[in-house]
Amino acid sequence: MWDYTDKVKDHFRNPQNVGYIPDADGVGEVGSLACGDALRLMFRLDEQGRIADARFQTFGCGSAIASSSALTEMIKGMTLEEAERVTNQQIADFLGGLPEQKMHCSVMGREALEAAIANYRTGQTGAKKIEGKVVCICFGVTEKDIERAIRENHLSSVEEITNYTKAGGGCGGCTDEILEILARVTGTPVEEEAPPPPKKRMTNIEKIRLIQETLEREVRPVLRKDGGDIELIDVDGNTVIVSMRGTCAMCRVASYTLKDVVEAKLREFVLDELVVVEE
Amino acid sequence: MQVYLDNNATTQVAPEVVEAMTSYWREKYGNPSSMHAFGGGIAKEVDQARAQVASLLGAHASEIVFTSGGSESDNLGIRGTVEALAGRKRHIVTTRVEHPAVRGVCHHLQKQGYRLTELPVDGDGSLDLDQLANAVTPDTAIVSIMWANNETGVIFPIEKIARIVKARGAVFHTDAVQAVGKLPIDLSRVPIDLLSLSGHKLHGPKGIGALYVRKGTKLVPLIMGGHQEGGKRAGTENVPAIVGLGTACDLARRHIADETGRVRALRDRLQAGLLAGCKGAQLNGNQRLPNTLNISFEFVEGEAILLMLDDLGIAASSGSACASGSLEPSHVMRAMGVPFTMAHGSIRFSLSRYNTEEEIDYVIEHMPGIIDRLREMSPFVGGPEWRGTPLPH
Repeated sequence: MWDYTDKVKDHFRNPQNVGYIPDADGVGEVGSLACGDALRLMFRLDEQGRIADARFQTFGCGSAIASSSALTEMIKGMTLEEAERVTNQQIADFLGGLPEQKMHCSVMGREALEAAIANYRTGQTGAKKIEGKVVCICFGVTEKDIERAIRENHLSSVEEITNYTKAGGGCGGCTDEILEILARVTGTPVEEEAPPPPKKRMTNIEKIRLIQETLEREVRPVLRKDGGDIELIDVDGNTVIVSMRGTCAMCRVASYTLKDVVEAKLREFVLDELVVVEE
Repeated sequence: MQVYLDNNATTQVAPEVVEAMTSYWREKYGNPSSMHAFGGGIAKEVDQARAQVASLLGAHASEIVFTSGGSESDNLGIRGTVEALAGRKRHIVTTRVEHPAVRGVCHHLQKQGYRLTELPVDGDGSLDLDQLANAVTPDTAIVSIMWANNETGVIFPIEKIARIVKARGAVFHTDAVQAVGKLPIDLSRVPIDLLSLSGHKLHGPKGIGALYVRKGTKLVPLIMGGHQEGGKRAGTENVPAIVGLGTACDLARRHIADETGRVRALRDRLQAGLLAGCKGAQLNGNQRLPNTLNISFEFVEGEAILLMLDDLGIAASSGSACASGSLEPSHVMRAMGVPFTMAHGSIRFSLSRYNTEEEIDYVIEHMPGIIDRLREMSPFVGGPEWRGTPLPH
């Protein structure tokens, strides 16, 4: 049984600000059903630009619900400039601490808040986008996410990084890569980053071979672990047509995740312009 | 009200078992191997317990090896067999829904270079027996398939499975930790070579279990040393626990009709009540143990349900990621292809002969409110369609 503080239990049993704001100024959504937790955070501003109302809807465990409740309480009355300085550690501190393995709940809160603020400012969907390289395929965690968690929370081991970001918590195939990022961020000297080699024109045959290799190396092992699989059906220009099978294919939400992750991996290893389409 | 519905995790020690063990902590402290009265009498009582265990299984007392529990029995059965074959056969067959004790050993052996086949299950949790038959080859050292699943209670047709395996010349091991005491078992009729059982799953003490080893089955011990347990498991016998296990098996034999009758009726009552009363509820698994009920609640998360149940004094367990401390839902739910919308909200209720109708009705009364509260909070139930990034943290 988790050792939750009384404050966590209190916010779980009596969550504050549950609900939906139909005319919200900002909406942020992070997480998914597939991954076991998801948070929709909404806020409305008053005339002075302060957060007049903040509400949440959360699918997740006790600490995910408590973190969401705590976050809405914390940001009420703040300007957006103040709100965007809220760290995941402050959310955890507000609750009197979270078990180490549950720190990712506080990170989810911070991310939803950022997504909601971005939604207010840009008017674009409150969904968080994949930026840069995906390191952990199982949970779709990017290099940037990991670097930030390390810096903001002074993390020093793969286990801690998993606790905060979930990266490495699935098949474990990205452990070495996480270690490299850790070494780089915590200041172990690394070589100067070489400029990327100029991209030469790729023949179609080369492209298909590279796509096959990338799917085999980066994606299949994760899916097979769950009894799923992915098959390359066709490559039409820069459109990659795949078919998802097994467990993953049964879950619409999961395959949606997968499409994005597969696309990010193919862009990283093959060609920036590739678009993945499901058969 | 305190309602304990987590009996597949562990059970209340029967008062008769506690009573039977007491004197072995006090005056009967002798070592069964000793050549004096302190020990000699105790050796007989250890053998009596052995006979009680054998009797529950339809086995001979000489075929029972006491171990520290289910995990050790699984380890001894599988590793002991593989080692006895000294590399002459290098293939192992198991399923994707085994207990971690079996999976752990099999994955370890795979790393040592053994070939491993993990048979899939379908949406009901059932195995394809043709697939099993095709998987077992002359190179197969051992097939390890559980009798009943701890999470869903799904029962495998172990008699048919044993015959398929034996016809192909492999050793057959079954992890029967959840089946013993809940299902009638007669090893004089079923060609099983090795069977694991655990004391604390059948109202006995923790830290004791047994491995049934059919006469003639070759096994290299994991723990070497003295001659105890027919040379298959060295170490001075855990006498109080062995006596406790013997008593628990004796009680289980006498209560088996209660287990398959009254407990099943209570389970069915709970099942009907929850499926009818709770929104988005779905049953997991077919052909189940009489005491087990695994239900998924759509769009809500298992740990949150457990915490709310705990506030009401109700103990159950979940296959959700958060509840287990891992980040992924249980391997059993995933192997069955339970969609993620359901897998994270799976709750296992496991009953025992100590449960009452009043307790079951208490759960049926309170569960719908819990599910409603969590669904009200869930972004997948209220509000607009979820657009959010599928990428989580």
